[in-house]
Amino acid sequence: MRREARNALDRRGFLKSAGALVVGFSMFHRDGLAQFGGTAIPGSPDNRQLDSWLAIGADGAVTAYSGKEELGQGISTAQQQLVAEELCVSFDRVHLIYCDTALTPDQAYTSGSQSHPANFNHGNLALACATAREALVSMASQRLGVPAARLSVTDGVISGGGGKVGYGELIGGKKLNLTLNPAAKRRNPHEWTVLGKPIGRPDMAAMATGQFEYVHNVRLPGMLHGCVVRPPTVGTSVASVDEDSVKDVAGIVKVVVRKNFVGVVTQKPWQATQAANRLKVTWTPGVGLPPQSDYYSSLRNQPSQDVLLVDSKDTMQTLAGAATLLKATYNHPYQMHGSVGSSCAVADVQGDKATLYSPSQGVWYQKTTGAMILGLKPENVHVIFRRGSGCYGLNGADTVSYDALVLSQAVGKPVRVQLSRKDEMAWENFGNAWTIDERVGLDAKGDIITWEHEAWTPSRGNRPGSSTPGNVVTGNLLGFEPAPFSPGPAQEPRAYNNGSNGVPSYVAGRVGGKDGGTGTVKSEKALVHNLKSPFWTGPLRSPARLQNTFAHESFMDEVAARVKADPVEYRLRHLRSERVIGVLKASAQAARWDTRPSPKPGNSRAGTVTGRGVACVAYEGDNGYTGIVVEVAVNQDNGNVWVKRMWVAIDAGPISNPDGLRNQAEGGALQGMSRALGEEVTWDNEKVTSVDWRTYHSLPLGIELPPIECVLVNRPDDEATGAGETSITVVAAAIGNAVFDATGVRLRQIPFTPERVMAELKARG
Amino acid sequence: MYTSRKAGVDTGLLRFDKMAKITLNVNGRKHTLDLDPTTPLLYALSDDLELRGPKFGCGLGQCGACVAIVNGTAVRSCITPVSAAEGKEIVTLEGLGTPENPHPIQKAFIDQQAAQCGFCLNGVILTAKAFLDKNPKATEGQIQQALSSVLCRCFTHTRMQAAILHYQKVVSK
Repeated sequence: MRREARNALDRRGFLKSAGALVVGFSMFHRDGLAQFGGTAIPGSPDNRQLDSWLAIGADGAVTAYSGKEELGQGISTAQQQLVAEELCVSFDRVHLIYCDTALTPDQAYTSGSQSHPANFNHGNLALACATAREALVSMASQRLGVPAARLSVTDGVISGGGGKVGYGELIGGKKLNLTLNPAAKRRNPHEWTVLGKPIGRPDMAAMATGQFEYVHNVRLPGMLHGCVVRPPTVGTSVASVDEDSVKDVAGIVKVVVRKNFVGVVTQKPWQATQAANRLKVTWTPGVGLPPQSDYYSSLRNQPSQDVLLVDSKDTMQTLAGAATLLKATYNHPYQMHGSVGSSCAVADVQGDKATLYSPSQGVWYQKTTGAMILGLKPENVHVIFRRGSGCYGLNGADTVSYDALVLSQAVGKPVRVQLSRKDEMAWENFGNAWTIDERVGLDAKGDIITWEHEAWTPSRGNRPGSSTPGNVVTGNLLGFEPAPFSPGPAQEPRAYNNGSNGVPSYVAGRVGGKDGGTGTVKSEKALVHNLKSPFWTGPLRSPARLQNTFAHESFMDEVAARVKADPVEYRLRHLRSERVIGVLKASAQAARWDTRPSPKPGNSRAGTVTGRGVACVAYEGDNGYTGIVVEVAVNQDNGNVWVKRMWVAIDAGPISNPDGLRNQAEGGALQGMSRALGEEVTWDNEKVTSVDWRTYHSLPLGIELPPIECVLVNRPDDEATGAGETSITVVAAAIGNAVFDATGVRLRQIPFTPERVMAELKARG
Repeated sequence: MYTSRKAGVDTGLLRFDKMAKITLNVNGRKHTLDLDPTTPLLYALSDDLELRGPKFGCGLGQCGACVAIVNGTAVRSCITPVSAAEGKEIVTLEGLGTPENPHPIQKAFIDQQAAQCGFCLNGVILTAKAFLDKNPKATEGQIQQALSSVLCRCFTHTRMQAAILHYQKVVSK
């Protein structure tokens, strides 16, 4: 789907898609754009009104209001730069307020790499600023009697024709009373003085000195502390709760039981932890869990809701007539967000009114779904974003917000809840597991003439959207159902949408007579089977895009090796998108790519060997472009894979802040490395068993790091795209490809643990 | 039927209704608190004293978010009973410097823009500081070893290690 089409969808379409499953969540991000011009959730400032976005004080200082929040990704700094740039004021004169349902425009979720495209192109915050600057210049023109064309603005002072007047003097403290002007001109990116510069984050000093207020630090007068008691296994219900078991606990205020939700409220946080541990709850037996050992193969035999992304209807015949047929299966586990700080929220429910301090990516949906949970009117629920620990998607932020609301309502006082490590990890909405088949047919020259992609992925729940609190565990424990699962056959695709990167970069992506893809292969099919998951699932940084790209880019490497082609050259042969080609070439060039087929000739079959691998992607089809080259060392005696160097090229359109972009690229690359090498959710026959940092393996800070060279491709005349989820998308494939280059062994299952690598090396002989 | 957790178990550790006056020396100031002595130090710092530096990350001593420097050593305050810290010099992240006048290691992190969400910074900075102050000539490998059970889930590792090496230049002068 092109961006214009997406923008044209109305909020109703967005809400409908909120219930859909896997492609649902990719749609979900994208259709979040639909709000602009749509109807906002009641009580939010009107997105079409300039005063909803900007206020200028008597001293000329600018307050900007945004619906896109700072999660640690640096977007608040970039937004502050945007406002300063467009209004021609200095960076320090701008104060940015974001994501308060009473104050800021409703911009739906901060997710899906949509903040940069939403607010930095020709709409929303950028358009508000451009509208305001033009309006102020026009007012100055009248005041000074000088034609607008002869006026210029420097740091909020408009001058020309011998006169000058400041913003504060023109409008200070008063409303602008204008609607956003679609014809307002953005400042020319080639003349930027604030945007495009590596301005440091204003919040950095407070964070480094322990002054910054996270949601964990919110303290309200009379605030109590809550702790939840989650079920011991998956699928259990509360049989009975023995409140007497905690009656002697110091500080106990209340035991709260609502259907299967159980929690305690105490005077102090340590008391809450102790009371929750001591509370005697009897649970019915759980539903049991499928064995993890053959989970991937079990996915193929279940009822599914199918989604067809592309289908040229000729893949079977083309495969049958191909000179060479290749196929492979790739597996990706459930992984978790695993925020370093467990999730926390503070709620104050008094009678029919509620205030919630939440780290949720969707404060407007906390307002509507929080109201459902409390039985209040949405307009009486005020949600204020406070930053939590980095979330990387749907971590425990939404569910703990519900926990705080329920416990506060039960005691009529403010309550702070922070989840235990185990409650965070066992019950968060994991990134989905995937099993993916790839098939191609080659012609006699070794070029790809047809490509089939077929994927199976289980899901349960999702972001709550505006009306599905049962999509996260607390809502479900309270009796709300997750979005329904409705098996059914695929419909014909109506528009090209590669939001989940289910379609490989090398095919034409032809839907409705138009090629929407980035490649050349015309015979193509991409089919997704959405299944039921026993675990909660939801978007985790680069959801679906990362797993599909792991399969596509590993497979492309296998095909290139089979025809003895260089992996970069072979990719270029099948690409037509200038932007994908650009980042692929840029990363290869930075790495001084050694052009030759894989595996690397002359490597020994024992000891430590090195190799290099490449991967690239058009994130979501058109929302950010990345190429990566990695160099690995593989110890063939113990199966250890270590990444020695990385070269990452990123194209996110005009660069708003090069240092912020680099920070995201570096972090994404290393997070991708951790996910590729060690991270996997595990379970036994009744419960999740990866519930702390001994059982879920994240690469710690104290490791020998690969130097990362970032190539930032600036495209000032193109649209701003997403940036934060690009580099992470390509890492796993590039590492796997490098391991193949080094050893001749192909890794098709994440994570690449030493045990798995050793098993493959033994099979190689 | 399943019965949850440690339900019904009543060990000495779970007796927490015996309050005691405990005096803590935090960032150069003395505070007398009425606390169950088995309360982890973290709760005294972040709840009773409302300090924002030390943070609850895992409660298991595995991630580092809760670190405080006690008598010059980085300790995991989430698993250290408050009684064990009595009479000792406790330093938290806010005890090092301020935004206006940051400590050299804080300045190194600010200069390198070495954070994303910043939640782990407390443990990263204090662990590195306590180690380097005692071992200013440590090798890069030894510094990595000292940080081997500190987590940053934004994976801002590259900048953090650079900031720490920058601080090492300051302390080893």
